Amino acid sequence: MKRVSSREELLKLRNSLRKREDREKLCLTVCSGTGCRAYGCEKVARAFLEHIRREKLQKQVTLRTTGCHGFCERGPIVVVHPQGIFYQKVKVEDVPEIISETVRKNKIVERLLYQDPNTGKKIALEKEVPFYKRQHRLLLGKNGLIDPTCIEDYLVMDGYLALAKALEEMTPEEVIEEVKKSGLRGRGGGGFPTGRKWEYCRKAEGAPKYVICNADEGDPGAYMDRSLLEGNPHQVLEGMIIGAYAIGAEKGYVYVRYEYPLALQNITRAIEQAREYGFLGENILGSGFSFDVEVVRGGGAFVCGESTALMASIEGKPGEPRAKYVHTVEVGLYGKPTNLNNVETWANVPLIINKGAEWFADIGTEGSKGTKIFSLVGKINCTGLIEVPMGMTLREIIFDIGGGIRKGKKFKAVQTGGPSGGVIPESLLDLPVDFDELTSAGSMMGSGGMIVMDEDTCMVDVARYFLNFLKEESCGKCVPCREGIRVMLDILERITRGEGEEKDIEVLEELSAVLQDACLCALGTTAPNPVLTTLKYFREEYISHIRDKKCPAGVCRELVRYFIEESKCTGCGACVRVCPVGAISGEKKKPHYLQEEVCIKCGACYEVCKFSAIIRE
Amino acid sequence: MIREIEAIISRHGEKKSNVVAILQDIQEKFRYLPREGLEYVSRRLGIPLSQIYSLATFYRAFTLKPRGEHVIQVCTGTACHVRGGGRIVDKLKRELNIEVGETTPDGKFTLETVNCLGACALGPLVVIDGEYYGQMNTSKMDKVLKRFQK
Repeated sequence: MKRVSSREELLKLRNSLRKREDREKLCLTVCSGTGCRAYGCEKVARAFLEHIRREKLQKQVTLRTTGCHGFCERGPIVVVHPQGIFYQKVKVEDVPEIISETVRKNKIVERLLYQDPNTGKKIALEKEVPFYKRQHRLLLGKNGLIDPTCIEDYLVMDGYLALAKALEEMTPEEVIEEVKKSGLRGRGGGGFPTGRKWEYCRKAEGAPKYVICNADEGDPGAYMDRSLLEGNPHQVLEGMIIGAYAIGAEKGYVYVRYEYPLALQNITRAIEQAREYGFLGENILGSGFSFDVEVVRGGGAFVCGESTALMASIEGKPGEPRAKYVHTVEVGLYGKPTNLNNVETWANVPLIINKGAEWFADIGTEGSKGTKIFSLVGKINCTGLIEVPMGMTLREIIFDIGGGIRKGKKFKAVQTGGPSGGVIPESLLDLPVDFDELTSAGSMMGSGGMIVMDEDTCMVDVARYFLNFLKEESCGKCVPCREGIRVMLDILERITRGEGEEKDIEVLEELSAVLQDACLCALGTTAPNPVLTTLKYFREEYISHIRDKKCPAGVCRELVRYFIEESKCTGCGACVRVCPVGAISGEKKKPHYLQEEVCIKCGACYEVCKFSAIIRE
Repeated sequence: MIREIEAIISRHGEKKSNVVAILQDIQEKFRYLPREGLEYVSRRLGIPLSQIYSLATFYRAFTLKPRGEHVIQVCTGTACHVRGGGRIVDKLKRELNIEVGETTPDGKFTLETVNCLGACALGPLVVIDGEYYGQMNTSKMDKVLKRFQK
């Protein structure tokens, strides 16, 4: 029996696991998050295993498939420990060379290293890569070191010691006090102080009490919760168990999006392992405290990220929110006191208990403590997950870590906070990123998606995109949300078709105010944000759509035209081959001609032309 | 069919709150929710069919019609959108001559959009039968589609 029944036993177990581990031995880690899997990392890992077996190198090297390393742009990623050599875009064909050079001769394979696009220098070590250098990876750091399906990997790195400390040394009230002192705020979007939420739930009357981990990560462009659940599920689980102890809950749920099969698989496995070791179940670590966790799959409804909708969904009902005159900490799941936190919030808890509230509160800004994970995506050079201290400026995040805009284009805006957030323009790039600063700019933190947009992104289209998303996802229970979003979307669609009228902007603003006041849940009250922020910072784009019937970014199909600039056309015929309607014709090696009456403006010719001869305006 | 559904119900238990999980397993098994199956679940759990229908139409994970041999999902997350995911959807609608959510008359392809799969580095992203095709454009899409049309 593996069951651990005290802190002392846990320490002994950790020490014996550490002894077994040879720190000098080479270890190849292959990133196997969803992103790298899409690149084919599993084939790379299999090739390594085969080579190691065939060449009988088991004594010299181990292979570990880990969670997401964050630098998704460069996957599949292989890091060689203990040196920390960082190989990127590794293919199956590269495996023999890594084995023969790095494993056998301790030499670096130059061509697989990351090249700094600014200096042209090759960088050998992971920690020296600019993408990682400025980060503070308290939560994500372990992702690249442990095999998420192996609880022993987590235990070696002091896993579950925070739980043991809380159970053995601290009263529930002291745990709550520590979390309050740390200044931790909810990472799911709202930014409510976590310790206070726990306190309310502890004091609420009723039994049993529940804790929930919200892993229904619905914001498009945000995937940090998935990455944590996939890459380090035990840390999330440990946070939940500590929280349950502090609150006095006996049952917990992890509500995971069904679109995240790997996260589902890894957290389910982690729960089984935690039960075997006695971190879940009856009398945890001999403390007398009992608690267990169940995984619930989401049904693919964005609104279920809202706490009351999520609880309805767990109860087997449609995920419709209810008015929160009475908070869920008092009347939540099955009518009982329920504490819900987001994945990243839970993952912070073991760190706070282990290292202390003061250590945590030292990181970040006055009102926002600790680090935050962001997913840096869109028109950015280094797409990936980053973790930085609260208060870093957008400029540092986008240009120093993210490496600036793709294809040398000009930065236009960054969208934060998902469909509830807004766009932030270039003039605010020096804004320090924390809960309060983003809200004051009209956006919000949300779960941490940062979608970078360049000069080719149309802001009216972005607003239309989010409202279309929200129209699809509105549960339809309250009228202002169901009807208001639909009407606003109608107006935006008209504007993007070139049928906008001057008074439309005013109507949009009026409707926004109604939604903000009258909707039942945050999906509706924050729905106007994408419209209001684009109107605030990019009003002239709306005006050119409405007055001049032009889309300056060349996105809105009805407002653009395509033609061929004769002087640039070489007559290569690439466009002729891709045109689905035969609108382009011409003799070989002579300038071609595009028949605008036939053109359906699909943009295929624009994409394939290597000579910039297709003009879109 | 009933035997398989019965097995799913007994695995989860007859509790009413398990209905969503039961429907999810039925969807996974049959790739849609057959009417006969829903009627059976309704009788076994004592939940009116209207309420089950309400669940089946509320959650995106469920479909009431059988899906095609190949399911094409285009990611319409924000990152994919700004990188031109919408043009891929248009392209597929044109090529397959169906709308999003529909299946071709020969039962070969179903076209769907998904909100965000969190593989934003690969955007615009298309997933066919669980296989990822990244950094798509209309001409690459053509080539991929041809492989399945054979």
